[in-house]
Amino acid sequence: MSQYVVGIDLGTTNSALSDVDLTAPPRHEQNTLAIPQLVAEGTVEERPVLPSFLYLPSAEEFPEGSLTLPWDRSSSVIVGEFARSHGMKVPGRLVASAKSWLSHAAMDRTAALLPWDASRDVARVSPVDASSRYLRHLAGAWDHARPDAPLGDQELVLTVPASFDAAARELTTKSAQHAGFRNVTLLEEPQAALYAWLELAGDGFRDQVQVGDVILVVDVGGGTTDFSLIAVTEREGDLQLTRVAVGDHILLGGDNMDLTLAHILNQELMEKGRQLDALQLNALTYGCRHAKELLFANPDLQKTPISIASRGSALVGGTIKTALTREALTRILIDGFMPIVPMTEMPRTARRTGLTQMGLPYAQDAGITRHLASFLTRQARALAAAHDAPVKLEGKSFVHPTAILFNGGVFKADVLKMRMLDVVSGWLAAEGGAPVKELQGADLDLSVARGAAYYGWVRHGHGIRIRGGTARAYYVGVESPMPAVPGFEPPVKALCVAPFGMEEGTHADVPPQEFALVVGEPTVFRFFASSVRREDNVGDMVEDAARSDELEEVSPIETTLQGESGKLVPVNLQAAVTEVGTLEIRCLEKGGPSRWNLELNVRERT
Amino acid sequence: MSRQMRFLERLKIAWQLLIDQTFAEKVQLALEKEKPAPERVHASGLMLLAALQREGRLIDFLRQDIAAFSDEEVGAAARIVHSGSRKVLEQFFAFEPAVKGQEGMLMSVPPGFDAQRIRLTGNVTGQPPFKGTLKHHGWFATTIRMPEFSDALDPRVIAPAEVELP
Repeated sequence: MSQYVVGIDLGTTNSALSDVDLTAPPRHEQNTLAIPQLVAEGTVEERPVLPSFLYLPSAEEFPEGSLTLPWDRSSSVIVGEFARSHGMKVPGRLVASAKSWLSHAAMDRTAALLPWDASRDVARVSPVDASSRYLRHLAGAWDHARPDAPLGDQELVLTVPASFDAAARELTTKSAQHAGFRNVTLLEEPQAALYAWLELAGDGFRDQVQVGDVILVVDVGGGTTDFSLIAVTEREGDLQLTRVAVGDHILLGGDNMDLTLAHILNQELMEKGRQLDALQLNALTYGCRHAKELLFANPDLQKTPISIASRGSALVGGTIKTALTREALTRILIDGFMPIVPMTEMPRTARRTGLTQMGLPYAQDAGITRHLASFLTRQARALAAAHDAPVKLEGKSFVHPTAILFNGGVFKADVLKMRMLDVVSGWLAAEGGAPVKELQGADLDLSVARGAAYYGWVRHGHGIRIRGGTARAYYVGVESPMPAVPGFEPPVKALCVAPFGMEEGTHADVPPQEFALVVGEPTVFRFFASSVRREDNVGDMVEDAARSDELEEVSPIETTLQGESGKLVPVNLQAAVTEVGTLEIRCLEKGGPSRWNLELNVRERT
Repeated sequence: MSRQMRFLERLKIAWQLLIDQTFAEKVQLALEKEKPAPERVHASGLMLLAALQREGRLIDFLRQDIAAFSDEEVGAAARIVHSGSRKVLEQFFAFEPAVKGQEGMLMSVPPGFDAQRIRLTGNVTGQPPFKGTLKHHGWFATTIRMPEFSDALDPRVIAPAEVELP
């Protein structure tokens, strides 16, 4: 039996770890482990979080013995703080935002892609490898501190964005396996944040929420924005928490905010004829973050000076000066990222060209409030059509949240919380609703890791558990039999194989359908997901899936059946949600004992 | 018997000298009765300097002749030194005043006071207890978290030169 249950927040920019000792009775005790990491050549310091950065040094870049870690004398790569700080000076060897690549469906995520713009002599790594490196570093730090209870032997809860699809979840699990973790469960980050809140509130949580409440979790991380709706319901007199819906994947986070500030200040400097190099631009970004925090913390301050150090040793005289004003901060950050918009305003989507497919598909619209408006409206339509929706719509045009829980370092700024609360309350007032209230959360940097560990403890039968199952329905594509017409793609029908809300550890059999697999040849199914079609049952068919705006095509699934080549085997499909929290699609031989798992193909789509 | 044992012991040491590089170095060090080099004795001090330079450019700042520069230019550079060095201090240490109390207040210094924590100034005569004004509360490092430094590196390299390749 494992002694600890450990929550791991594998973040886009920072990773953290928290644990609960299962043997310490009866009140649980949470620890967050300080993580030793290189901060300069030969220098190892403990930090509360591990920056999710990997640096791939060239052979003679650093002297021998300068990259050793207390638990790894022969380490040849750099993970963490030094990877980030040095990597800014050598961007072609720095792997960053591996997590965002993990969810990039148009790429082969097991291929050695990163660093994306590396030169030819750099031995690239795959997004899965990079994630696995961060996990291995955490394991090294843990095992060094607790040699009697290796991390690989503990119960692990690994968090993923709620918006991660089946393939990205599968890949996250894979990177954990590569790191030597055997006992892993996935948990959605907004849920982890709510668990952290539940832990903090203790039994008092019942005084803060009531039956009928709808909690909106707004999680703005370093690289992604994630929304979840959790309803407070009642069953046989007991309060229940049900995760009702999750938002789509939005590649937009706190890092974008600091970059935007730096970009605008840099333009002002360029107009004055001051040219910054890449490293100084990075210093400017860092300076902007610091100035932003100061301005947010001191409402009377009108501006904060920012100094950018010279590259050479002549610091005095070579330092470049600029300043962040409150006016600019409000205009760029608050109005730019959280504009006051009516509920009806939807995010702008620019049409992607072939070129923008290169690199990461960042959100086209920086307005987080517009993304939120779109989420609440879409989900209202979906819930209105559902027969047993846990949220009552009663003619409302969008889902009315009654409380907001904020998560992510961005919300250390009260101004941004206030803006978000104001905007949502404005929407509610327009439909005669009461203002939304804030649930006071825990530590914004560590709450996901803490909440994950607490969830692990809850799974042992303590406290309240959030229910919900899968937040998407899944479909396989079935091509309509049609004669080929040049330049015209035949419409694809989508057959529902896994309905919305499937619980972990359950499976669903697709009613008899005529599927025949050819033995010895790869069979590929197109695969679709929907976060709004709540009413589809297994076996239901959606017409013209590729053109439906309710369905999103995800990575295809495939298998190759071993056996006598060319033989046709009639099969039934079965979908299962594993205990880990990943989706499995299986083919069961009709009237026979054989069974094949279909693999999610995460390779590049052609 | 004991003579023979001693001989075997000597043979063992001789053999180890021949095949074991680090052992040989240790023996040589002992023979020369050499004290460890100052950079090894004071490695943590050099490491602190390296951190202050890395994060706060402190050596650059202090090594520069600032007489010819305006206060504005010195001020701009001082912001970098201040924010970076402060980060280092917060990372490595936690501080509290050496004595509790508001600066400017009257306080009594009892007999048997801690003469390291409290320095008497002004008209120092007679025996404690004394009554006096707290001019500076002093500092005490409550926590020390120095990083680990690899033995393989020379701590005298406070900052490497940077050569940017085109």
